[in-house]
Amino acid sequence: MSDPVEVKTLIIDEQEVSALRGQTILEVARENDIDIPTLCHLEGLSDVGACRLCLVEIKGSNKLLPACVATVYEGMEVRTNTERLKKHRRMILEMLFAERNHICAVCVSNGHCELQAMGQEQGLTHIRLPYRNPKLTLDASHERFTADHNRCILCMRCVRVCAEIEGAHVWDVMGRGINSVVITDLNDEWGKSTCTRCGKCVQVCPTGALFDKSKIGSDHPKYPDFLPNLKMMREAQ
Amino acid sequence: MTIEELEQIQESVRAESAKFDFEVNVCMDLACSSQGSDKLRDALVKAAEASGKKVLVRRTGCMGPCSSGPLVRVDPEETLYKHVTAGHAEAIVSSLGGEPVPALQCDLREHFDKQVRVVLENAGHIDPEKIDDYISREGYKALMTALMEMTPNGVIHRITESGLRGRGGGGYPTGLKWSTVSKAGGDMKYVVCNGDEGDPGAFMDRSVMEGDPHRVLEGMAIAAYAVGASKGFIYVRAEYPVAVARLTTAIREARRRGLLGSNIAGTTFSFDVEIRLGAGAFVCGEETALIASIEGKRGTPKPRPPYPAVSGLWGRPTLLNNVETYANVAPIVRNGGKWFANMGSERSKGTKVFALTGKIANTGLIEVPLGIKLWEIIDVIGGGVPDGHKLKAIQTGGPSGGCIPADMMDLGVSYDALMAAGSIMGSGGMIVMDDTSCMVNVARFFIEFCMTESCGKCIPCRAGTAQMYTLLTRICEGTATMDDLEMLEDLCSTVKEASLCGLGQTAPNPVLSTLKYFRNEYIEHIQHKRCLAGVCNIQAPVEVMA
Amino acid sequence: MSKLKLATVWLDGCSGCHMSFLDMDERLLELAELVDVVYSPVVDAKEFPDEVDIALVEGAVASVDDEKKIKKVRAHSKMLIAMGDCAVAGNVPSMRNPFGPQPILDRAYIENASLQQQIPCVVVPKLLKVVRPIHEYVKVDVFLPGCPPSADTFHTALTALLTGGPLDISELTRFGA
Ligand SMILES: Cc1cc2nc3c(=O)[nH]c(=O)nc-3n(C[C@H](O)[C@H](O)[C@H](O)COP(=O)(O)O)c2cc1C
Ligand code: SF4
Ligand code: SF4
Ligand code: SF4
Ligand code: FES
Repeated sequence: MSDPVEVKTLIIDEQEVSALRGQTILEVARENDIDIPTLCHLEGLSDVGACRLCLVEIKGSNKLLPACVATVYEGMEVRTNTERLKKHRRMILEMLFAERNHICAVCVSNGHCELQAMGQEQGLTHIRLPYRNPKLTLDASHERFTADHNRCILCMRCVRVCAEIEGAHVWDVMGRGINSVVITDLNDEWGKSTCTRCGKCVQVCPTGALFDKSKIGSDHPKYPDFLPNLKMMREAQ
Repeated sequence: MTIEELEQIQESVRAESAKFDFEVNVCMDLACSSQGSDKLRDALVKAAEASGKKVLVRRTGCMGPCSSGPLVRVDPEETLYKHVTAGHAEAIVSSLGGEPVPALQCDLREHFDKQVRVVLENAGHIDPEKIDDYISREGYKALMTALMEMTPNGVIHRITESGLRGRGGGGYPTGLKWSTVSKAGGDMKYVVCNGDEGDPGAFMDRSVMEGDPHRVLEGMAIAAYAVGASKGFIYVRAEYPVAVARLTTAIREARRRGLLGSNIAGTTFSFDVEIRLGAGAFVCGEETALIASIEGKRGTPKPRPPYPAVSGLWGRPTLLNNVETYANVAPIVRNGGKWFANMGSERSKGTKVFALTGKIANTGLIEVPLGIKLWEIIDVIGGGVPDGHKLKAIQTGGPSGGCIPADMMDLGVSYDALMAAGSIMGSGGMIVMDDTSCMVNVARFFIEFCMTESCGKCIPCRAGTAQMYTLLTRICEGTATMDDLEMLEDLCSTVKEASLCGLGQTAPNPVLSTLKYFRNEYIEHIQHKRCLAGVCNIQAPVEVMA
Repeated sequence: MSKLKLATVWLDGCSGCHMSFLDMDERLLELAELVDVVYSPVVDAKEFPDEVDIALVEGAVASVDDEKKIKKVRAHSKMLIAMGDCAVAGNVPSMRNPFGPQPILDRAYIENASLQQQIPCVVVPKLLKVVRPIHEYVKVDVFLPGCPPSADTFHTALTALLTGGPLDISELTRFGA
């Protein structure tokens, strides 16, 4: 907080922009209507840099940086849409689609899914990688919500919102690598967990992995935008 | 404790050993003790007592050429005996003072001549559970010198001058790291020693922790003094119970002697060390994951920056170095930065410990000056590839390393040369492969390791390594197409460039380097359904359900 | 200019893509000016012709028969279009993949059958272990995702392909559309 306010100027995609010291590349880009794709980032939650879709190129460096966590510096030259980045983004999306069982046609989130929309935005027409088709479970033990691991992309939004905003820390991750899954409590059934039934995780989940049972068979849009407002109101208190 | 007191201890140890005419050192490191060196030691003690000769029987850490174990070295003659069993104890003891036992003699002069022992100078010579043994070989003198005669900046300067680079894999300049931590603000800083050593087959750090634990503590204490830290953690994997036990003893003895704790040597410098156990996840060797693990969280990496040097353990500036890096500190402080910089090559100074394994006559632990040619390691120190087979490649750097083909054995071992060859120095694994190895299968083995050890946080590593494994399996089974090969290369590129931490970023190295040097083997599998080494069992695919 | 030869093929799918194709309604008449439909579930031909200009394939590859067909189609077609999510991505037919074919057959023909509990073994082709999209077997030239792709998608794509214009359907369709 004691940071002296300092303005930085930098270039994003040939556009000169200004930023405050400590701002992330993503924040600055969005302020200037420069689109950088993101999945794990959500305004109002801490950033984990897990989905790697927001990677950008920095002039003078061979390393790609995640825009959601990398902060700006004076004279930085950022490129957000090079061929190299597009290639990686496409591959990452293909990995996500092939990792679990995404059958959009019969998914509760069809039409409201951030992954599905991102695939379309990035011009994905098919998945070149072999589908992994893992056998995964679905937890319908909760009276209001369902967790379908077939659709989870391990973005950790549920884990973060539950710990950081609701303060309940019901969600966490179990297992390693390709066998990682999100769990409630110590891998107890969601319905028997310490869940406070606030439903925040369902609203922030970008896919059809967490959904409201009352919405099955109907449209199930989600409203993660409550987060910045909630945060603002809390900070005002 | 003062320098004078240290010298007194040295004197008394010398006086003690002067009481003996002979020293019989028995290697009690894992490889030797698993072949019965415990019993051997007991038998030697008995035989010595029965003989009436003045013999000191000492258990020591790793002597190096493990494949010749159990090893015994008789001093002062420095006669080395190989494959010794309890049954040989009497013969050895009765030979003392006369001719050595010819049947047991181990002539590894060439093996040792090319080596330079800095990190391992005490291993094999001292009883790792006796602090006085360590002190008798100039132990803790560097710490005393630093505290009494040098400023923290002076210590950092000396380390910088030495050109020491991190031995944990990255090769980051140690002096630079220390100076960053020392400049970081805050009243609380930490020093962490990375003893996670997750590379399969590697045991360099274990040998140092087990064979010379005080060396690590002394290095950490000097580092703490230099950067202004007062608290240290050693992160050791729980699979190393002996290392944990030795370090625990060492910490207790060092505290008792006032070499750890408050106001060390009567100065204002206080420093203490705690051990933290890792559960054996490879990724917990990555610094941000290691820090999370010490904090009691799930051991997953975080994006850097911020680097631990600025914000590490509990958000405080944290110096994190590898076991071997710390083990180099005391001799550098004692002998000066220039002494160290005189060893090694242009940008890779000093020595490096390697665990030499695979298809090679002398497997074990070696320490060589950097810049040494690969062929010197293989042909001279290693004694060549046995059983009339031909050398095919050397794999360095553990699962994140690469394979260097036999025709590049003139390469000098340095951080930059290995990197340019598509491999890395890593922490010091060195696996020799001969013509019975299928390079596609080798690549698949390492990818499988990375796949199972991936923490799962970021998608390129989590799913990318699994996809690579699937494609490599197809190639090994003869069901792949050339499109699969192209896909494999695309996957390598994304996993390498887009992964969050070093595990994912380096996971494709074994595939990329074998593709670079042994592409024909991939093509043979795919187009001619043939495995030249005869390792892969290629059969017609059965897709239809029964 | 002679008309181009168009074929449509039905593998493991629900025929929804063909329905959606027919939903082009009056625009089918325009299409008929440009192409001859030489093979399709909606015409009489029994054998896949030797030379086809454009083949539209619906459905995933799920049985030995599908595999044979798609290879034949590929061999005799200049351009192969994967039509709909089943052909493009496996989609609903691939939902059996985590379980394998046997439990699915058991469920359908034994557990849920009240009469004649037996798994058919003659006439019906054997199932493959894994249901895959067609591009895992043959080269595919154009992908039209969607479940099903809309009539507009078909119209836009075919118009572009037949007139040599730029093909951009990204606004019109997506997986599950
Ligand atoms: C996946 C992974 C595993 C690692 N494992 C180890 C290890 O077992 N021991 C180690 O010292 N460093 C390991 N490292 C390197 C550490 O992150 C860190 O760079 C090193 O400990 C720093 O010490 P140094 O500068 O003395 O080398 C690992 C890095 C990665 C990415
Ligand atoms: S979660 Fe999204 S991408 Fe996955 S099946 Fe559902 S709609 Fe499709
Ligand atoms: S359940 Fe939803 S929010 Fe949670 S990790 Fe999976 S995709 Fe993300
Ligand atoms: S690269 Fe692998 S180990 Fe590292 S954060 Fe990503 S998933 Fe975890
Ligand atoms: S949004 Fe930056 S890594 Fe996911």
